[in-house]
Amino acid sequence: MELNELTIHELLDRLRAGETSSAEITASVFGRIDAVEKEVHAYITLMRETALAEAEAADERIRKGEMGALTGIPIALKDIFCTKGVRTTCGSRILENFVPPYDATVVTKLRAAGAVFTGKTNMDEFAMGSSTENSFFGATRNPWDRDRIPGGSSGGSAAAVAADECIAALGSDTGGSIRQPAALCGVVGLKPTYGRISRFGLVAFASSLDQIGPFTKDVEDCAILMNVLAGYDPRESTSVPEEVPDYRRFLSQGIESWKVGIPKEYFIAGIDPEVEAAVRRAIRVVEGAGAKCIEVSLPHTEYCLAVYYIVAPAEASSNLARYDGVKYGFRSGEGRDLLEMYKKTRAAGFGAEVKRRIMIGTYALSSGYYDAYYKKASQVRGLIKRDFDEAFTKCDVILTPTTPTPAFRIGEKTDDPMQMYLSDILTISTNLAGIPGISVPCGFTAAGLPVGVQFLAGHFQEGRLLQFASAYEKHAQIEKRRPTL
Amino acid sequence: MEFEPVIGLEIHAQLLTDAKIFCGCSAKFGAAPNTHTCPVCLGMPGVLPVLNRKVVEFMLRMALATNCRINPECSFARKNYFYPDLPKGYQISQYAAPPAEHGWVEVEIHGGKKRIGITRIHMEEDAGKLMHDERNPVSMVDLNRTGVPLIEIVSEPDIRSAEEAAAYLRRLHETLVYLGICDGNMEEGSFRCDANVSLRPRGTEPFGTRAELKNMNSFRNVQRALEYEIKRQQYVLEGGGEVVQETRLWDDTAGVTQSMRGKEEAHDYRYFPDPDLVPVVIDDAWIEEVRKTLPELPLEKRERFVRDYQLSAYDAGVLTTSRALADYYEEVVKLSGQPKIAANWVMGDILRFLNEDKKDIRECPIAPSSLAGMIRLIQEGAISGKMAKEVVEAMYKTGKTPQAIIEEQGLVQITDEEALAKTIAEVIGKNPVQVEQYRAGREKVFGFFVGQAMKATQGKANPQLINDLLKKMLAPDT
Ligand SMILES: [Zn+2]
Repeated sequence: MELNELTIHELLDRLRAGETSSAEITASVFGRIDAVEKEVHAYITLMRETALAEAEAADERIRKGEMGALTGIPIALKDIFCTKGVRTTCGSRILENFVPPYDATVVTKLRAAGAVFTGKTNMDEFAMGSSTENSFFGATRNPWDRDRIPGGSSGGSAAAVAADECIAALGSDTGGSIRQPAALCGVVGLKPTYGRISRFGLVAFASSLDQIGPFTKDVEDCAILMNVLAGYDPRESTSVPEEVPDYRRFLSQGIESWKVGIPKEYFIAGIDPEVEAAVRRAIRVVEGAGAKCIEVSLPHTEYCLAVYYIVAPAEASSNLARYDGVKYGFRSGEGRDLLEMYKKTRAAGFGAEVKRRIMIGTYALSSGYYDAYYKKASQVRGLIKRDFDEAFTKCDVILTPTTPTPAFRIGEKTDDPMQMYLSDILTISTNLAGIPGISVPCGFTAAGLPVGVQFLAGHFQEGRLLQFASAYEKHAQIEKRRPTL
Repeated sequence: MEFEPVIGLEIHAQLLTDAKIFCGCSAKFGAAPNTHTCPVCLGMPGVLPVLNRKVVEFMLRMALATNCRINPECSFARKNYFYPDLPKGYQISQYAAPPAEHGWVEVEIHGGKKRIGITRIHMEEDAGKLMHDERNPVSMVDLNRTGVPLIEIVSEPDIRSAEEAAAYLRRLHETLVYLGICDGNMEEGSFRCDANVSLRPRGTEPFGTRAELKNMNSFRNVQRALEYEIKRQQYVLEGGGEVVQETRLWDDTAGVTQSMRGKEEAHDYRYFPDPDLVPVVIDDAWIEEVRKTLPELPLEKRERFVRDYQLSAYDAGVLTTSRALADYYEEVVKLSGQPKIAANWVMGDILRFLNEDKKDIRECPIAPSSLAGMIRLIQEGAISGKMAKEVVEAMYKTGKTPQAIIEEQGLVQITDEEALAKTIAEVIGKNPVQVEQYRAGREKVFGFFVGQAMKATQGKANPQLINDLLKKMLAPDT
């Protein structure tokens, strides 16, 4: 196996044993990027030179015995995280040349842990999308089938991990943007509890739903990254001063006599039979590991999509108001006065999906409509949260499919926003409730497309969630395949 | 028909916290453009606000001083609109859940007292400033002010005249300044006032259509603008017309309010709870902690001055116009033990000098201890009241102590009876005719001798002593 194909924990073992160097690992990753990036298009910006320098510095620290949690490990960042001195586009023309003067908290933390940054990955513009087709920089392709989408909005990060163009990656998840592409690309993706990881420096889409999380090749790597990323940040008012456990400690423990809730509302009409079959197999796997599956009900599930498509666009319409051409980013030079400058800048700077959501959100907050839409949605959101609270009195974790279908074809849903929105139908509720969720590979379709199973747990139960996911991973023994590129 | 004005005021006061409301940048006024900025107040992508708790404390001071009910929990909302001085495209303010409500202040009007209700007080961030280049078609943005904390104080529509409005405004202004939370500078915009005005037939309940007045940057302008607007609306209504609900700007030069028609269309601010901030919890312990730090407020101080120093209400009012002036006065009283005389000196000469120089009491060159020293010297008879006038002027000009000035100028009052008797004897000897007249019963001539004696001593003699000696020496039996 090539170095770039290994996991974080495998590479850390080799680095500690002096069997390889970060320079070799990083060179291996960039060798892979050179070979396959043209086909995949996972990245918007590569950070080759700084990565090689960071790798040298990491090797120096390893020689001195100053090994951190991620020293020398090449990691990719979704282009939604502000990186000091490296342009951060958010997949948008309006930030095409924006270079932040500061690092996001997660970037600072990864840097402090010794990570090597490979580059900034592709994404749907402002994280609005489920296919990474809404990027100003062109679509990312699914490494398993280049005619298909990798999922979104963190499609670049998922594809980069699946194609071994990095060892692990960071994404953000507002309605499924980590878990859905993780499932469609056959990797592990975790969305932690809202407030668990600081959002400072994450370009905002919908502030009450956005959460940062890792993409990894296995569950153990996910725990390793969570150990670095989780924790309170005084710069973020909604980050929670909840103690951070050592997530790796949970991994080797079993799940005997755990109760696993299977929500009937999540096995809906429209679920692809192969996806359903793979998830049903996953249920038998966890039962085989000693867990007991019970049916639970999340009665307000049918309202999730509607609530989400009011709350998220409403917040986005306000969050994206700052891109006005005045201070930074793209500005149309054609305006004759202020109003015209605003209009032309935003008309040319934003793509169609972003504009659609700004309009939906502006409408939902408008005087005379606020009560009927935003306020009502917030109330229903409370009911959705309560559904989960009640379900978790009966079970330890909830198991569902991550996505209704495997990866669809590029262009298949671009003309039908409603069909596109439906691809997040199984992941959105998690964000509305603020609970953690993880997608773990659970097999392949006959056509060789990966399928993911989603596990959900109560607030701040990431440890238990990882414990369950690793037990599943161990017992499922999903066949190790690599995409042919 | 007789109309009654209904007025409500909205006041924005910039708070004197060291840092801005949602970032660590300095909130001080007057720095070079865009030097008090950081990614947070510049509205960069990805940044998040964190509330400066000092702002809550300052807000609480005002809320307690104006008898507001403090809500145990309040939250922030976004007010959305586009303008280049607003980097995020929204202002973080408070909307549905304000921290303080249902307060009141008392104002003195026509010798009586009137209570004016305060609907709410809330916290928000200030916007930046646009600077327009007069020769080029460009505008520059200075974001130093962006994120400087403000409190907005909204009154009930309890105000019935321009005069009442001015009294209310003064009361809030002096309270804010007394509390040390706002510098109260109207010209620099750290204390701003907007007004809602409508008329209704006297004796009726429903409010008429209101106009909102803006751009009144002095107490005088607020009063003038309101007087104008009341007359304007009266004219419109008496002519059978209707008042239009609109925003009108006060034009100081023309002395009129003018419709903003078209310039600022009715905004839909699309308020919604700011998801980046958590609710602010204000418990009783915090309220009590703040209450302990409250200084004596102007009204209480005024009443105490009348009671303890036997001052007239007017004098107490003048001496408490600012906390610094009241503190100065009280220091002089403490050191001299003469509250009434101290009041006369402070309100008379001292304030006159300061007014002439457009200076504040804090810049007064005469230390309270020096003024008290001078008052003691008068009491002891060391100098006369007339001499004191000169001494105090010299003290103001030089900042020296009264003793130093008296010595330098040889101003020591002649209290040596023997020396004075000798001088008076000379005066009497030189004016035999007047002596005869006086002794013949023309008492008015006495004044002539006082004058002559003062002249002979160059005004340095103690007048009381001159009087006594003259009476004795002019008596017929001597
Ligand atoms: Zn700042």
